[in-house]
Amino acid sequence: MTTLQTVFAKAKADDRAALIGYLPAGFPTKEGAVAAAAAMVEAGCDVIEIGLPYSDPLMDGPTIQDAVHRSLTGGTRIADVMRTVEGVAGTGAATLVMTYWNPVDRYGADRFARDLANAGGVGTITPDLTPEEAGPWCEASAAAGIDTTFLVAPSSTEARIKAVAACCTGFVYAASLMGVTGARETVGEAARGLVERTRPHTGLPVCVGLGVGTGRQAAEVARYADGVIVGSAFIRRLLDAPDETSGLAAVRELAAELAVGVRA
Amino acid sequence: MTDRTDSTLLGPADLVGNGVNGDDPDAGGKFGVFGGRYVPEALIPALDEVAAEYDKARNDPAFVGEFDHLLRTYAGRPTTLTEVPRFAERAGGARIVLKREDLTHTGAHKINNVLGQALLTKRLGKTRVIAETGAGQHGVATATAAALMGLECVIYMGAVDCERQALNVARMKLLGATVVPVANGSQTLKDAINEAFRDWVANVDHTHYLFGTIAGPHPFPEIVRDFARVIGVEARRQILELTGRLPDAVAAAVGGGSNAIGLFHAFIGDEGVRLHGYEAGGRGAGEGEHALTLTRGSVGVLHGARTYVLQDEEGQTIESHSISAGLDYPGVGPEHAWLKDIGRATYHGVTDAEAMEAFALLARTEGIIPAIESSHALAGALTLGRELGPEATILVNLSGRGDKDMGTAMKYFNL
Ligand SMILES: Cc1ncc(COP(=O)(O)O)c(C=O)c1O
Repeated sequence: MTTLQTVFAKAKADDRAALIGYLPAGFPTKEGAVAAAAAMVEAGCDVIEIGLPYSDPLMDGPTIQDAVHRSLTGGTRIADVMRTVEGVAGTGAATLVMTYWNPVDRYGADRFARDLANAGGVGTITPDLTPEEAGPWCEASAAAGIDTTFLVAPSSTEARIKAVAACCTGFVYAASLMGVTGARETVGEAARGLVERTRPHTGLPVCVGLGVGTGRQAAEVARYADGVIVGSAFIRRLLDAPDETSGLAAVRELAAELAVGVRA
Repeated sequence: MTDRTDSTLLGPADLVGNGVNGDDPDAGGKFGVFGGRYVPEALIPALDEVAAEYDKARNDPAFVGEFDHLLRTYAGRPTTLTEVPRFAERAGGARIVLKREDLTHTGAHKINNVLGQALLTKRLGKTRVIAETGAGQHGVATATAAALMGLECVIYMGAVDCERQALNVARMKLLGATVVPVANGSQTLKDAINEAFRDWVANVDHTHYLFGTIAGPHPFPEIVRDFARVIGVEARRQILELTGRLPDAVAAAVGGGSNAIGLFHAFIGDEGVRLHGYEAGGRGAGEGEHALTLTRGSVGVLHGARTYVLQDEEGQTIESHSISAGLDYPGVGPEHAWLKDIGRATYHGVTDAEAMEAFALLARTEGIIPAIESSHALAGALTLGRELGPEATILVNLSGRGDKDMGTAMKYFNL
C-alpha cells in the first residue's frame, strides 16, 4: 500500500509535482473504472481519487454529473466503491475516496473509515465538509489510520485557510477557481495566490484542482503546487470514446501528457 | 410586547427575533443537532457575508422600516383572516379560520421573504439574484422583486415543474427574468436547488442566492424564517381580535417549511396552541411516491443542512413525489426537524387525493380557490377539526392561491 507521504516525498525528490487523477466508481462500468484507473497509473498518475457517486453532486459540473449519473443508474453501491478502491490500490497507486458527506454520514463515519482502510484506501477528500462539522470524521479517520483532505478556495480568508489546513493530514486541496468541477481553457489566476496564502498555515503538500485538463496547464500548476489534480478531462475522454478500448487508450494518452507536464 | 403602532406591521423585535422564543439557531447555525453548513468551502465567505449583513440589517430601524413599508404598500399586508364555516361543516363543526396569504401581491406567502432578501441584496451591493423554484411562486416573487429593484434575475426550475406550472414560467419571463429549466435528476425542486448552488459558487461576487424556503445552509433557515414571521405575528393579533382567545391549533403545509414556520413561529411560546404541519403524502407510502420527509424520512444532510431527508440506506436521496410542485421536495428546513424532535410540532401526511378534495371543497363552499400546496393544510384541518371537536378553533395558513394550478386541476377533475 502506497501512502500519500511516500508519493509526495518521492515527487519532491524527483523535483516534480505529483499527478492525481479522479474517476467515479462504476464509470464507465464497475470493471471499466478499475481498468481506466490502472491505465492512468501506468501512464503516470501517482494518486487516484475514486469518486463515490452521489445523487446530488452540487459541486460538480456537467461532465462529472453525467458520469456519476451513469454510475448510479448502473447500480453502484458503497461496496462497489470499496471494491474499486481495492482494485486500484493493487496497481500501486495511493488511492483515495472523494465523497460528499451524506453517504459517509449515513454509512457511519467509523465504519466507512475502517472499510476504506481495509480496502487499501489511504484517505478521503470531502468537498462539502467544513472544519466546523469535520470533528467526527477526523477522529474516525485517525483511528482507522487514513488521511483527511479538505478544500480551500480563492474566496477563503486567512482564518478559514488556517482552520481548513488544521483539519488536513494528507494534503490541502486548493480549488483553482470559484466554480464547479470541469475542464477550462485556462487555470484560474487565483490558484497561485491561493497556494501562496496556504503555505504559511501548513507543512503539508498543497495540490491544485478544478479546471486542469492539459499537459500545458499541468506544467503551469506544477511550478507552484505540490500536486496537480485532474478529473473531468479524464471523464470527457471516456465519455467521448466510441468503445472501451479506445476510451482506455485516450485516458492513457492524457495521463502520459499530464505526467510530462508535472515534470516540466 | 412590541412598540408597534397601527401603521407598522413589524416592530424592531419582530425581526430581531433574538431568542424571543429562545429558538434562534446557535452560532454554528444549529437548531439542536439540525442545520449547520455542509457546503463547499468556497461558499463559506458568502454565507458569512450574508449572515453579518443580515445581523446589521435587522438591528437597523431604517431597514426594518423599509421592509415594513414594502410589506404594506407593495405586498398588500396585513392580509385578512377569513372564517370558513361552510367548509368547516366537514370538520365536525370546529371553527376554521384562514390566514389569507393568497391575497398578497403575486399570490403566495413567498413574497414576504423575497422582499426582505431583495432589500438585503441591495445592502450587500449585489446586482444579480438567482433562485430555485418548485411551484413557481418563489420564482415569480423573486422576478417581481428584481423588477421592482432593478436587479438581474435568473430562476432555476426543474423541467417537470416548468411543465406543470407553465403559467408561472410565463409570468417570470414577462417580469424580465431568465428561466433555466433543469433537466437532470428528478427535474424538480431538488435539482433546481443543486443548479442554483452551482451558479452561485461561480458568480458569488455579484450574485445573491435568494433562497426560497427555510432549508439550506445557515443563515438561510433563520433569515427566511424571520422574513416570513410576519404571517404569524399578524395572525396571532388578528385571531385574538376575532375570537378573543388563542386558537387551539395552527396548521400549515410543509414543503421546505417557510409558510409553516412563518405561521408557527409567533405561537411557539404559546404552550396551549398545537402546531400541525402537513406534508405531501403523494400517491402512497411506497418509495418515490410521496414527500413525507419528516414523517417517514431519516436524519441526514441535504443542500447544506442536517435535517430529515428522504434517502436510502446509503445516503442517496430518494426522489419525492407530490401532485403539488411546491411540496415535492425530499428535504425540509432544520427548524422543523428540531420542532419535531422536541415534540413541539406534529407533522402528518396528506395524500394527493385528500388535498385535491379539499381544494375543490374550499372552492365550492367558500368561493376561494387555494393553491394545491395549501390544500394539504386544508385537508389536514378537516381531520384535525374532527379530532379536536366543535369547541376548537383552527387557524390555517392559506399560503397561496390556486390560479397556477388550473392546468393540474383541469386534468385531475376533467374540467
Ligand atoms: C403556495 C405555496 N405554499 C407552500 C409552498 C411550500 O413551500 P414552503 O414549505 O417553504 O412554504 C409553496 C412553494 O412553492 C407554495 O407556492
